Amino acid sequence: MSEIKLPCDIIGKVNAICSEHGDDPKELINILHEAQHLMGYLPEEMQRLIAGRLGIPASKVYGVVTFYAFFTMTAKGKYPISVCMGTACYVRGSEKLLEEFKRVLGINVGETTPDGKFSLDCLRCVGACGLAPVVMIGDKVYGRLQPVDARHIIESLE
Amino acid sequence: MEPRQITLQIDHHFVTVPEGTTILDAAQKIGIDIPTLCHIDLKGTCIRNTPASCRICVVEVEGRKNLAPACATKCSDGMVVRTSTLRVMNARKVVAELILSDHPNECLTCPKAGSCDLQSLALRFNIREMPFNGGELSPRKREYTASIVRNMDKCIFCRRCESVCNEVQTVGALGAIRRGFNTTIAPAFDKMMSESECTYCGQCVAVCPVGALTERDHTNRLVEDLADPEKTVIVQTAPAVRAAIGEEFGLPAGTLATGKMVAALRELGFDYVFDTDFAADLTIMEEGAEMLDRLTRYLGGDKEVRLPILTSCCPAWVNFFEHQFPDMLDIPSTARSPQQMFGSIAKTWWAEKTGIPREKLVVVSIMPCLAKKYECDRDEFKTGGNPDVDYSITTRELARLIKRANISFTLLPDMEFDMPLGASTGAGVIFGATGGVMEAALRTVYELYTGKPLGNVNFQAVRGMAGVRRASVDLDGFELKVGIAHGLGNARHLLEDIRHGRNEYHAIEIMACPGGCIGGGGQPLHHGHSEVLYARANALYKEDAGKTLRKSHENPYIKMLYQEFLGKPMSEKAEQLLHTHYFNKSC
Ligand code: SF4
Ligand code: SF4
Ligand code: SF4
Ligand code: FES
Ligand code: FES
Repeated sequence: MSEIKLPCDIIGKVNAICSEHGDDPKELINILHEAQHLMGYLPEEMQRLIAGRLGIPASKVYGVVTFYAFFTMTAKGKYPISVCMGTACYVRGSEKLLEEFKRVLGINVGETTPDGKFSLDCLRCVGACGLAPVVMIGDKVYGRLQPVDARHIIESLE
Repeated sequence: MEPRQITLQIDHHFVTVPEGTTILDAAQKIGIDIPTLCHIDLKGTCIRNTPASCRICVVEVEGRKNLAPACATKCSDGMVVRTSTLRVMNARKVVAELILSDHPNECLTCPKAGSCDLQSLALRFNIREMPFNGGELSPRKREYTASIVRNMDKCIFCRRCESVCNEVQTVGALGAIRRGFNTTIAPAFDKMMSESECTYCGQCVAVCPVGALTERDHTNRLVEDLADPEKTVIVQTAPAVRAAIGEEFGLPAGTLATGKMVAALRELGFDYVFDTDFAADLTIMEEGAEMLDRLTRYLGGDKEVRLPILTSCCPAWVNFFEHQFPDMLDIPSTARSPQQMFGSIAKTWWAEKTGIPREKLVVVSIMPCLAKKYECDRDEFKTGGNPDVDYSITTRELARLIKRANISFTLLPDMEFDMPLGASTGAGVIFGATGGVMEAALRTVYELYTGKPLGNVNFQAVRGMAGVRRASVDLDGFELKVGIAHGLGNARHLLEDIRHGRNEYHAIEIMACPGGCIGGGGQPLHHGHSEVLYARANALYKEDAGKTLRKSHENPYIKMLYQEFLGKPMSEKAEQLLHTHYFNKSC
């Protein structure tokens, strides 16, 4: 069992979300969706809590969480980096860009740096194809990037 | 209302079936055996997995463009089905080849070889080369628990285990996680089974068609112990084993092979061949006494006493309530399982009698059960680190060992168990079938409570395969109400009721496995045929009916054990050697 304990107010909020959905196991995906907004991810404790409320095994909840790419079990970094993998960006080299981010940060897609500063994810087209390849960090859009820019951006944020 | 009958044609044969029947079942009815892989439906039990995902069972239906999965397609009136056209055979072969392309080539060393459904299909479809190369296999988890070995490289994702663990047992220890090539079957948070709520009932192992879930094998260890001249190796055999082991040697299901099994164990070199049935009789003495004690106190108005009393001879059931009902640890009987009672008495009373020191004595059990392997490992059943039962092997492992030792099982003469720990009554024998423990208890409790001899020892109402059964027995004016549940899902319903104060019973028997131990996770594989379970249960009732002594308290060696050693049931010594306590293991 992991040592992390959920803060009390989060427990209250998770319970409230479950109640709003009538503690109905059929609502699991919607519940997880809302619960993920609370902390930006779905820690083990939270999944166990939800499983208990809905009266279903934790393995079911975990199965759903790992099935949908939308759900995540890792806390996002202070600067969540999302590299666009849409067609336009892909054609213009977003894969190389992504590789460079991985190399510089020393993490894989879906992971967070140990200091909690950066996390790395992929996105589908963000609708800024004119700027391809595009990276979003938080709400900020960075466009027309080359692999070398990865290091500069990260340094500018440190 | 009776369902409408419809007639269809399968491979030029006409067949009439009730509306709603699948093509698979209709074909089976006329002896056409359509191959299946993901599908399992153990009729008359709740074991079922019908995802229609593998497409091994496809057939041609006239007027339909694409092939239809026979396991999921309902028959319709006038339907014309072909199960063996070239198109069908090729389609099935391609499906099998695709499954094999992502499967390790390890039949030579696989524990499931010889009884693996995928291997049989490859043989049946005449697959002689691998046309698809799936490239690298994704390395998935391997795990050795005390009872079960999990090798996810071999999983074909039929999800039978998931259905059984979630729907039938309501444990929810196993489920599919992730997607695409990374899919695997695992406990929550991809933990180990040993860190999950798994009860080790082994029902997932009993339905896994391949070698992904198998039993932890102890036969090599046993061979070494048997060859060691320093050690005295004794064996106990659970009731359900004798009713099933013959199947491994081509005998029809339901053949009672007690005598041949004893002979085979002697041939293998065991120094003494004893019977768990002896310990089953002993269990009745202790559990029965506890039941009577709680009952009389309850009827006398003692507010401390909680009813119903629950049986505790199934270790998977014990694991289940320790994980799921930690608030109710005081209601199950404290009596140990027969396996552990046997070990405890063998390493004390019998060892003292024969002068064999504990460390030179190896107690092995032959069980229909995987949870018993884990049970041997529990610390409370050890003295100074030395376990009461050293290890347990399954019916399947014993069969393999007999073959390995070149013993022609069917040609063996019938032999008798050794005394004193091989003596048993009919009551001990029926422990192997659901309802049997309760029936055995009733035979003894009736006589002890009323002081009168019991005329008819057969309690038909507690027998059978219904998931939950209830009966009431007249104990000289007092109406004793008993319940029986098998399968942990059924047990859960009863327990939830009790938790919420809705209880109608004085005593309840619970077995984790559908059918009781005859359907245990260590038995010869049923391959989806429930007739096998019925036949095994009948065999046990037959053995019971053929015994002169049919009540546990009439077993002369049990009497001797109490006279010489234990005193009386629930004496201090009996409490210490034959009873246990439970732990809160909730996650
Ligand atoms: S042994 Fe029983 S409880 Fe454990 S995973 Fe298998 S079916 Fe579930
Ligand atoms: S482990 Fe066995 S039963 Fe479970 S999904 Fe895999 S192949 Fe099927
Ligand atoms: S019912 Fe019997 S075989 Fe099944 S887990 Fe319990 S004791 Fe073992
Ligand atoms: S493809 Fe990247 S923004 Fe459209
Ligand atoms: S057996 Fe019919 S689809 Fe698997």
